[in-house]
Amino acid sequence: MKSKRIYFFVFPLLVLILLAGFITDNSYFTITPKDVEFKIPQGFPKPFYDFKNNTPTPAGFVLGRKLFYDPILSKDSSISCGFCHMRIAGFAHIDHALSHGINGLIGKRNVPPLENLAWGNSFMWDGRINHLEVQPLAPITSPIEMNETIAHIIEKLQRNKDYAAMFKTAFNDSVVNSKNILKALAQFTGLMISSNSRYDKYMRGEDTLSAAELNGLQLFRDNCDQCHKEPLFTDNTFRNTGLPMDTNLKDSGVAAINGDMKDYMKFKVPTLRNVEMTYPYMHDGRFRTLKQVMDHYTKKFTAESHADPILIKGIQLTELDKADIIAFLKTLTDQTFLHDRRFADPSGHY
Amino acid sequence: MVKKLVYSVLCIAALVAAMSFTPPPECGSLTIHFVNRVGDKPLVLDSVLYKNSLGQSYTVSMFKYYVGNFHLKNKQGKEIVSKGYFLINQEDEKSMEITLDSIPFGEYKSIGFTLGVDSIDNSSGAQSGALDPVKGMFWAWNTGYIFLKMEGISSASTSTGKRLEFHIGGYKAPNNCIREIELKFKNPLKINEENNSVVKIKADASHLFSGQNPIDFSKLSSVTDFHNANHIADNYSDMFSVIEN
Ligand code: HEC
Ligand code: HEC
Repeated sequence: MKSKRIYFFVFPLLVLILLAGFITDNSYFTITPKDVEFKIPQGFPKPFYDFKNNTPTPAGFVLGRKLFYDPILSKDSSISCGFCHMRIAGFAHIDHALSHGINGLIGKRNVPPLENLAWGNSFMWDGRINHLEVQPLAPITSPIEMNETIAHIIEKLQRNKDYAAMFKTAFNDSVVNSKNILKALAQFTGLMISSNSRYDKYMRGEDTLSAAELNGLQLFRDNCDQCHKEPLFTDNTFRNTGLPMDTNLKDSGVAAINGDMKDYMKFKVPTLRNVEMTYPYMHDGRFRTLKQVMDHYTKKFTAESHADPILIKGIQLTELDKADIIAFLKTLTDQTFLHDRRFADPSGHY
Repeated sequence: MVKKLVYSVLCIAALVAAMSFTPPPECGSLTIHFVNRVGDKPLVLDSVLYKNSLGQSYTVSMFKYYVGNFHLKNKQGKEIVSKGYFLINQEDEKSMEITLDSIPFGEYKSIGFTLGVDSIDNSSGAQSGALDPVKGMFWAWNTGYIFLKMEGISSASTSTGKRLEFHIGGYKAPNNCIREIELKFKNPLKINEENNSVVKIKADASHLFSGQNPIDFSKLSSVTDFHNANHIADNYSDMFSVIEN
């Protein structure tokens, strides 16, 4: 009788403990030292970002991830970095041609993917940001994106017990300041590396490509590689692809930043990794499909169009060629990266 | 025997210690006091009316600028350099006085510094101290420090609220606004164990609007990017002078 009563107590207790363990099982979000090791993928050049000055640690990375997904960085706590940069789209934004920010305000540009940022020597479509660490200050302070000040963010984070503790473990000096906020974010975004697409596996001899995909790769190397240079699929330069300026947006690209008409309508050569997922395309999202992009490249560009000499010389592709190039571009989709648990939103907001 | 050994070991130890002993470096510090003025009047925020070279009157509500990379030249022409930046802010009395430490004893004939922030420090990512972006002297939308901010009001201004707004920065050609300043001391400046040397440097804010490119407030009342920034930087590059040392 007595022992039965004990079971009566112990059993539900056991169930409870098990349940609690299940609910709080966050191994999916746990970050180990191995998770934050920076390794240069095979065939990649040396990165521009120097992780020696900001060695990623689990605590620093987890803090960066929390900040990235936390709308606390916006004035009315409505918008996080992850709201615009969606993981399933390689951290670009699916659907909207132009970014949507605070109070539904619409920006001037298409949200680019975030991947292999450590190899970038300038950021944004016009390259106006010169360092990965200071990049977040742009969306944070933009009145149409997050409309916040860094001083106010510091105040909000200092008042928050979770954050105060996280800064303490993440940084030697323990302080919540702009430098540590930016370093933590850079640990998170700098480790967003895409290097495991079918194309990468093919290059490493681990996978094969179909005849159409291989033909597409050859055509790509003949026509596109000068700008979209392998293995990053960008040469980090700014080029005019002969797009007419949108008369509403009046966005003239690099020229608007430095006032130099030689740079009229020049935009950063974007990476094409995960391009299948990052639609719509171009700086203002004017093309919805890859086919539309291909059709643009085979247009005739006159010398007066300001287009890059490569395009004035002309790119000739048959409809079949275009289909093969698109088939190849889809081999750049990196499922490992798109589903990497390290970059998932730990709060499950978006 | 043991005694002898201990003795000789001690001797050697003493010798090594003596050899590695270097005398303390003979260094002192230099205090620089910045005195902001407008022409022959002291700079007083908001309340005093000044006139530009075209006779247009204006008040000043903000005046701040970065100085850094100080270097002193001695009689032999040898230069010693002191790294780091300071933000001189008219609103903050404490910021007007800066101290350079670890200056070797000697006699110096001139002082130089960067007005602004050099290109390396404009592109080194997240920074703290004087260069912390919370200081409000950083362009987030187009990376780079604002080297000098002057704001005020002029009845001649065509901006909303008759405002004057001059935010000058830019470290890349052809819009490079970094200016190197070189000033001669009135008398040779001595740094030795006796005196904590003080230099007073005047910054004349009226130079922003006069000089090579006289500014007409009815035509130009706001500079917040590369447009016209160089004109203002050329103007103010000679606003400093040593008034006392
Ligand atoms: C309102 C939507 C929005 C928010 C919020 C936002 N971004 Fe962006 N992000 C963009 C757009 C649009 C661009 C391209 C801007 C341009 O070219 O002018 C961009 C560009 C970037 C780039 C440069 C990518 C490259 O290859 O050049 C990085 C890095 C980035 N964002 C990180 C962040 C981080 C970190 C945050 C949070 C602090 C953030 N973004 C918040 C929309 C957003
Ligand atoms: C002269 C350099 C150059 C060449 C050659 C070139 N591109 Fe591009 N590409 C660019 C630039 C610059 C952009 C961005 C243009 C913009 O947004 O205004 C771009 C954009 C794209 C985009 C949109 C990506 C996105 O995320 O929005 C795709 C897809 C693309 N190119 C594929 C190709 C293919 C395929 C070829 C070969 C047929 C090719 N490009 C040839 C420079 C080039």
